[in-house]
Amino acid sequence: MSATQSPQTLAEKVWNAHVVRRGTGEGEARQPDLIYIDLHLLHEVTSPQAFEGLRLAGRQLRRPDQTIATEDHNTPTLDIDKPIADLTSRTQINTLRENCKEFGVRLHSLGDKEQGIVHVVGPQLGLTQPGMTVVCGDSHTSTHGAFGALAFGIGTSEVEHVMATQSLSLKPFKTMAINVEGTLKPGVTAKDIILAVIAKIGTGGGQGYVLEYRGSAIRALSMDARMTICNMSIEAGARAGMIAPDQTTFDYVNGRPHAPRGEDWDAAVAEWKQLHSDEGAQFDAEVFLDADELEPFVTWGTNPGQGVSLSASVPTPEDFEDENDRKACERALEYMGLTGGTPMKEIRVDTVFLGSCTNSRMEDLRAAAAVIKGKEKDPNVRMIVVPGSARVRLEAEAEGLDQIFKDFGAEWRFAGCSMCLGMNPDQLTEGERCASTSNRNFEGRQGKGGRTHLVSPLVAAATAIRGTLSSPSDLVNTPVAV
Amino acid sequence: MEKIVSHTGIGVPLRQSNVDTDQIIPAVYLKRITRTGFEDALFAGWRRDENFILNQEPFNEGSVLVAGPDFGTGSSREHAVWALKDYGFKAVISARFADIFRGNSGKQGLVAAEVAQSDIELIWKELENNPGTQVTVDLESRTVQCGSISAPFQIDDYTRWRLMEGLDDIGLTLQHEEDITEFEAARPSHKPKTLPARFAD
Repeated sequence: MSATQSPQTLAEKVWNAHVVRRGTGEGEARQPDLIYIDLHLLHEVTSPQAFEGLRLAGRQLRRPDQTIATEDHNTPTLDIDKPIADLTSRTQINTLRENCKEFGVRLHSLGDKEQGIVHVVGPQLGLTQPGMTVVCGDSHTSTHGAFGALAFGIGTSEVEHVMATQSLSLKPFKTMAINVEGTLKPGVTAKDIILAVIAKIGTGGGQGYVLEYRGSAIRALSMDARMTICNMSIEAGARAGMIAPDQTTFDYVNGRPHAPRGEDWDAAVAEWKQLHSDEGAQFDAEVFLDADELEPFVTWGTNPGQGVSLSASVPTPEDFEDENDRKACERALEYMGLTGGTPMKEIRVDTVFLGSCTNSRMEDLRAAAAVIKGKEKDPNVRMIVVPGSARVRLEAEAEGLDQIFKDFGAEWRFAGCSMCLGMNPDQLTEGERCASTSNRNFEGRQGKGGRTHLVSPLVAAATAIRGTLSSPSDLVNTPVAV
Repeated sequence: MEKIVSHTGIGVPLRQSNVDTDQIIPAVYLKRITRTGFEDALFAGWRRDENFILNQEPFNEGSVLVAGPDFGTGSSREHAVWALKDYGFKAVISARFADIFRGNSGKQGLVAAEVAQSDIELIWKELENNPGTQVTVDLESRTVQCGSISAPFQIDDYTRWRLMEGLDDIGLTLQHEEDITEFEAARPSHKPKTLPARFAD
């Protein structure tokens, strides 16, 4: 970097390193830049129409060697050795298999050791690395930003565009710093940080921005936890979230199947060490959060911004000044079957879901297992545990976590998106209430009429024991199973 | 893509903020492998309620949706845009759109017109008081007309130009294929490749 160059943010550095062609013009009239894409992840739901588009136009897949596919959204989490019962799901999966064969794309199918949620698979194979551009036809692609990659979800037209050109026409994003300083209290996790961020800036607060999570509380987090945070950037409206890579990142990537080796590793790390926002870099917006003040956070409503501390109560419409917010609250309370003023901890759930690209990695499973070990599940609660990938499942089994879940009375399933969005048979029924470690509490998201409370894995585990929304600190007086 | 310069049609007031893409099209409808035929899936959950606006005449004939702020949040599913288009919508008006939804709309010829919330409140009243009132969304002048209300809207220059010319994005980019090839030649060797596949020991 020359001495005259102005300081850059992390996002700007990665962007600038991928400009194939700079758009002309200034300000609002500026044409988009053509940005090169390092890695394209595919799954069965948002790719069939894109492959079809390529075929109809007689176009090639430009870089099969920078493309990888897995089956995740539709896949069953039981009986995976049998044909998929739902015919439309089976057709969609088969279509992906045929397309990958025709276009030479590496695919990890159901039953394969590397199959799993696309955002769990990329990092665990070492394909997600600092400074890359990563896209996928899935809004939770922001997950990969935990490595200091610029990663974002795209629509199917853009999927086809990347297939054909390995690039995207994009207008530069604005940048927002999310500063989280301090130390988290015991029982408070990455999930609570991001839910608090979303509640603070709102579901539209991040629109047009890349969020950069910074500060001592972020630096102290593991890669699994950083992925949880970046994953939900989209829930604040931001297409991407990033964290500057550091030794924690390098240690995670090192030795993974697709990590650079030998001289390439040294060159890569030297480059990755430059990937941080420069001293004096200007963000378009800044947000501050005090980690010491945070508590376990849960949602009460039907969008991820409708959250409160677990120790608080369900709000009433009168708590909101803005008329639209008041109406949204009224509607959410009605859908959720809740009365304003009810303490969150008195809300009884029917189901606990531990899984999704937000919280289905080893650290999440370990955290939940540690809480439930030797405890008894509330007999009226069903708990479903869905590892993020087949490999996470194997690792968890090697550690004996599966046995802890089974002894507790939880269902130990095969990997996939599962009940996060209920495209497979894992769905809530009308009126069923769920404490879910997933990312969206939208109406009907987990099944028609289902009611979702977003929670951390620790809260999920404690809730499965008590039957009401709880944190591990509420368990002091719970009888221990003999 | 079909050119669109101006559209006039019945306005549909949807007094709700944060209309996420799971509401626009629930996930169960995403299993199809076609790009058309999603009209039955649009707002499928809400349409089960007979009081929902699209179950009322003349709004069921509408082609301009006027919604609350933060329209299209959540999932990246382009199916949301396909469903709106298949139903017959040509334009959506909101004070704020989610980024991915806005992008998807531009690719598919659905106009996402950003109008100030104060103007949207006026349009809502007009449409509710006089059901069937037509709304004009004009890209040339970047204005929305509804009865006596005339309001400016925001849309970025590039998307507006592509919509008005009906241009295919991939075709535009492939005009610069040499630049892409040149960029690829200069990429560092440590960047990962998915092929040949490597596996953990």
